[in-house]
Amino acid sequence: MASIKGAIVVDTERCKGCGVCVVNCPQGVISLAKEVNGKGYNYAYMAEPDKCIGCASCGIVCPDGVISVYKVKM
Amino acid sequence: MNINDIVKPENLVYQKSKLLTSKPFHYCPGCGHGTVHRIIAEVLEELGIDERTIGVSPVGCAVMAYDYFDVDFAEAAHGRAPACATGIKRVWPDKIVFTYQGDGDLAAIGTCETIHTCNRGENLTMIFVNNGIYGMTGGQMAPTTLIGMKTATTPYGRKPQWEDGTPNNGFPLQITNIISTLPGTRYVTRQAVNTPARVRNAKKAIKKAFENQMNNKNGVNFVEIVSNCNSNWKMSAVDANKWLDENMLPVYPLGDIKDNFELIKK
Repeated sequence: MASIKGAIVVDTERCKGCGVCVVNCPQGVISLAKEVNGKGYNYAYMAEPDKCIGCASCGIVCPDGVISVYKVKM
Repeated sequence: MNINDIVKPENLVYQKSKLLTSKPFHYCPGCGHGTVHRIIAEVLEELGIDERTIGVSPVGCAVMAYDYFDVDFAEAAHGRAPACATGIKRVWPDKIVFTYQGDGDLAAIGTCETIHTCNRGENLTMIFVNNGIYGMTGGQMAPTTLIGMKTATTPYGRKPQWEDGTPNNGFPLQITNIISTLPGTRYVTRQAVNTPARVRNAKKAIKKAFENQMNNKNGVNFVEIVSNCNSNWKMSAVDANKWLDENMLPVYPLGDIKDNFELIKK
């Protein structure tokens, strides 16, 4: 199966919940949380971590640069 | 595999540039300004010119750009960023000088400075973020506003002419095409930042614009970025990016317009 595994780390306090990463994720990994951060935004999080391939599309489109992307080859 | 096994410094593939300060952007959620800031910082970091770069920030939403970049910055009067940058570059020819302007700054009040700086062929990089509206002041009509687009000052949509042909709001100003006809511009391009692929292309264009200046090639390097303004377009960030695709891009088509002083024929 997939030989690449990825993961993202979202700086939840800086995330503004715009949802741009959600629609640009080719694997549908990211969702907006039901909880809010200190500013009242529904921050992004990895809803389906198994699907992430570490393509960094979310990090590249994030207007606030809150997403760090990690990738490991199995 | 546990997430803690993946999230390790050696597996990092993407992270915010270190040239951006820790201050959170004041921009609205989903605003293209943040993306453009990020890719400029990445380019400056990759080229290793952060120590000798001087930016000139505009008046508009990006007025506080100097808070976000860890490079030297000057704040110009409204629309006068190219004139200010000209002075800086002439005094310090070895510095890398760039202006960062919006459409209200570059295409409305600063049209004169923009055109004459481009016509003089100063060795500058100009980043122009075009969202077709005055963002900071509350969504009034800009020169780049599309025909039929509703803004605070054109509540029934921008109407270039009345029914009898007398002039009214005028047509969207293609400032990038205008300055591409001037002999002083070396590299003129139009990009967008609403999808990952376009962000990569925009980054390449910005990199080229800075590289030309680093190599002391004369002529203005001008990068227009078609961006969104979801707050004043009155839609969500995701819808604004879609709306940009459907409405802005037919009027402002993407791609290089001029390279190496020669217009690119399409």
